[in-house]
Amino acid sequence: MHLGRELVYDIVRKRVLGPQTKEYDVLAPEVARKAQAGQFVVLRVSERGERIPLTIADYSREAGTITIVVQEVGKSSMQLGRMAEGDTLASFTGPLGLPTEIERYGTCVVVGGGLGIAPIYPICRSLREAGNEVIGIIGARNVDLLFWEERMRQVTDELIVCTDDGSYGRKALVTVPVEELHTEGRQIDQAWAIGPAIMMKFVALTTKKFGTKTIVSLNSIMVDGTGMCGACRVEVGGETKFACVDGPEFDGHRVDWDLLMSRQRMYTDMEKVAVEAYQAELQASTVKEA
Amino acid sequence: MAAKQQRPPRQEMPTRSAEERRACFDEVALGYALEIAQLEATRCLQCKKATCVDGCPVQVRIPEFILALREGDMWGAVEALKDKNSLPAICGRVCPQETQCEIACVLSRRGEPVAIGRLERYVADWERQQGMRAPEPAAATGKRVCIVGSGPAGLTAAGDLAKRGHHVTMLESLHLPGGVLMYGIPEFRLPKDVVQAEIGYVQDLGVEIQCDAVVGKLYTLRELVEAYDAVFLGTGAGLPMMMRIPGENLNGVYSANELLTRTNLMKGYLFPEWDTPVKVGNKVAVVGAGNVAMDAARCSLRLGAEEVHIVYRRSREEVPARAEEVHHAEEEGIIFDFLTNPIEVLGNGEGWVSGLKCIRMELGEPDDSGRRRPVPIEGSEYTIEMDTVVMALGTRPNPLVFADAPGLERTRWGTVACDETTGRTRMERVWAGGDIVTGAATVISAMGAGRIAATDMDAFLSEPDQPWERAEPADAEA
Repeated sequence: MHLGRELVYDIVRKRVLGPQTKEYDVLAPEVARKAQAGQFVVLRVSERGERIPLTIADYSREAGTITIVVQEVGKSSMQLGRMAEGDTLASFTGPLGLPTEIERYGTCVVVGGGLGIAPIYPICRSLREAGNEVIGIIGARNVDLLFWEERMRQVTDELIVCTDDGSYGRKALVTVPVEELHTEGRQIDQAWAIGPAIMMKFVALTTKKFGTKTIVSLNSIMVDGTGMCGACRVEVGGETKFACVDGPEFDGHRVDWDLLMSRQRMYTDMEKVAVEAYQAELQASTVKEA
Repeated sequence: MAAKQQRPPRQEMPTRSAEERRACFDEVALGYALEIAQLEATRCLQCKKATCVDGCPVQVRIPEFILALREGDMWGAVEALKDKNSLPAICGRVCPQETQCEIACVLSRRGEPVAIGRLERYVADWERQQGMRAPEPAAATGKRVCIVGSGPAGLTAAGDLAKRGHHVTMLESLHLPGGVLMYGIPEFRLPKDVVQAEIGYVQDLGVEIQCDAVVGKLYTLRELVEAYDAVFLGTGAGLPMMMRIPGENLNGVYSANELLTRTNLMKGYLFPEWDTPVKVGNKVAVVGAGNVAMDAARCSLRLGAEEVHIVYRRSREEVPARAEEVHHAEEEGIIFDFLTNPIEVLGNGEGWVSGLKCIRMELGEPDDSGRRRPVPIEGSEYTIEMDTVVMALGTRPNPLVFADAPGLERTRWGTVACDETTGRTRMERVWAGGDIVTGAATVISAMGAGRIAATDMDAFLSEPDQPWERAEPADAEA
C-alpha cells in the first residue's frame, strides 16, 4: 500500500470506440489492486465537476489501471470525452459497490446493451474463469454505438451481436436472442443483463417467463457512492435499497423498473441547461481561438 | 464609584438581515469588530477556578486567551486558544457554547455569560487574516498512525498526534477533507474556506491527507492495522435514516444528507457554474427538528423555495436543534408545524411529490429518552401540498468501514463499542471516537472524543507492549 501521498489519476490511454464512445485507461494502482467485476468508480472531471459513477469495464493489477468506457450524453461525459492521454482527472474513487457473485453456475447468458457492453466484459471473463459456459449477447441501437466485439469473443464461448436498426450483425433487440436461447431448449442456468434500464427491464421480463434468474446492474443517480446520500434509492422486492452499497447488482425479476426510470429523470431539465451552457462555452472559446 | 463596577452588557453578534440572507449563502453571523471583542473580553472575571474550561470538551484555556485579547496581545491569544484546539474558527461558529463553556461561566448564574464562542471566533478569524503561523514541527517518534475519516474527530486526533511527533496519515472517502464540516454544515453557518484553512493548519502540523480513499473498499481495517502502529476510526454517522412510509422514493424526496451534500460539498447553489444540480420546489417540508433539519430548511429557502416547513412530531419544547439555529430559522420565515407526523408522501401520478399526508400528535407518557412520547390523534389526518420533502431524521454510522474488521464490536445501534475514557475499541490498536461511537452528536463532542483517543494513543505508542485491556462490554452484539 502507498498511503498518504497525493494521488494523481492520469489518463494513460484513450481509444475512440465510436463517434460518442470513448475508452480510457486511468492510472489508479490502489483501485486496480482491489477492483472486481461488477464494481464501479466515482470520478470527477474537474474541480467544479459532478461525481459521476461508472462501472469498471476492466482492470489490470500489473499496469495499475482501471478501464472505463464513456458515452457522451451530458456535460460531464462530454468534458470527459474531450480529455486526452496525459490529462488528469480531478478525483477517482473506488472500487465501490459489491462485486458480481461469481460461481460455477453452468451455462450463463450475459447481455450487454449499449454502454452496458463494457461492464459485462469482466463479468464474462470471471464467469469463464470459474468454469461456466458463457453465451454473450451484445447489442446497440446502431453500429456506431457498438464496441468491443473482438474483446467479447475472447471471453465468451458464443457471441451474438445485434443492432436495433440492422446496421451491423443481426437486426434485433437483445431480448430476441435471449428468448430464442430459451425456446431452443438449451439449459440456461443464470443470466446477466446490463444496459439502459428499459433494456434490462425487458430482458428480465423475458427470462422471467422461463424462470431464469437474471442479475442486473442498476445505474441510478448517485452522489457519494458510499451510502451517504440515498440518491440511488431503488426498490427491489418491495424494499428500498441503496444501489451504491447494496448493489449495484440485484435480482432483475424483483426490481421496480418504472421507479428506477422515473428517478433517473429527476434532473433531465437541469442536465439540458448544463449541456447548453457548456456548448455555448465551447463555442465562445472556439471563436476566441479563431 | 458605582460606574467602575458596572459591567458592560453581553455584546450582540452582528448578523446579516433576514431578508438579505434568505437570498444568499453568505455567512449569517458577521463576527465582532476588535473594539467590541475587547469590550466583551472585559466582562470575563478571570476566575482562578475557571469553570468554563471544565465545560469545554477540549479544555481550551479560555480565561488566558480572553485576557490576552483584552490586553491586545493577539498572538498570545492565538497561542492560548490553539494550544488545546486546532480548529477554533470552526468551533467558534458551530459549538453549542450555551450548553458547554458558557453555561459554566460564573456570570451565567447572575445574568449573561461571557460570549466565549464569539471571542474564540474573533481570535481565530484575526489569525487567519494575518496568515496563520506554521507551527514548529515536533521531533519524530518514528510511529505511524492512520486516521480514518477527516471530520472533527479525525482532525483533532490527527492534530494532537502530529504535535507529539507521530507520523499521521488521514484517509477521507470524499474528494475534499472535512467530513460533515464540508458536506453537512452549510456555507452560511460555516464558510468552506474557513474549514479548508483550519485543515491546512492540521496539514502544516505534518498530517498527510489522502482523499478518495474509502475504507472498507480501497483498504480494509485489517490492512490498516497491519500497516500502521495505531488506527483511529472517526468516520462519523453518515448513513441517513428514512421514515419507511409510502411514497418516500418519489422524485422530490431527499435525505437531508443528499440535499446538504449537493448544496454544500458540491456547491449545487452555484449550478450551472458548478456542475451538480440540486432541485427544490416552491413548497418544501423538512421532517425533523435537529440542527441538520434547520440547515436543510434554511438551504431550501436559499435555493429558491417560497415556503419551507419544519414538520416535527413533538412540540417546541422537545426540539433538539440549538436555540440559536431555531431562532435564525424563524427569523428567515421557516414555518414550524409541531405535533405533526408524516404518514405518506403523495405523488402527482408522474413520479413527483405533490403533497404530504400528516397526522396530528399529542404528547403522552415519557418514553426512554425522558421526553413525552408523541401519540397520533385518531382521525386527524390531513394533507399539505408540497413539491419537495426532506427527511432529516438522524443518521447512523456507515457500516462500510466494518468490512474485514476482525474483533471490532458494535452495539445494537450500529455504533462502535469502545471504552469512552480511552477510545479503545475491542480490536487491538484501533481507537474510535465521535459520531461513530455516540451516533449523531456535535462537532465539539467529536473533537473531545478525538482528543481523548489521541491522548491514549500517544501513551500506548510510547509503551506499545502494554496489554490491550478489554473494556466493559457495553451492549455489544457482534
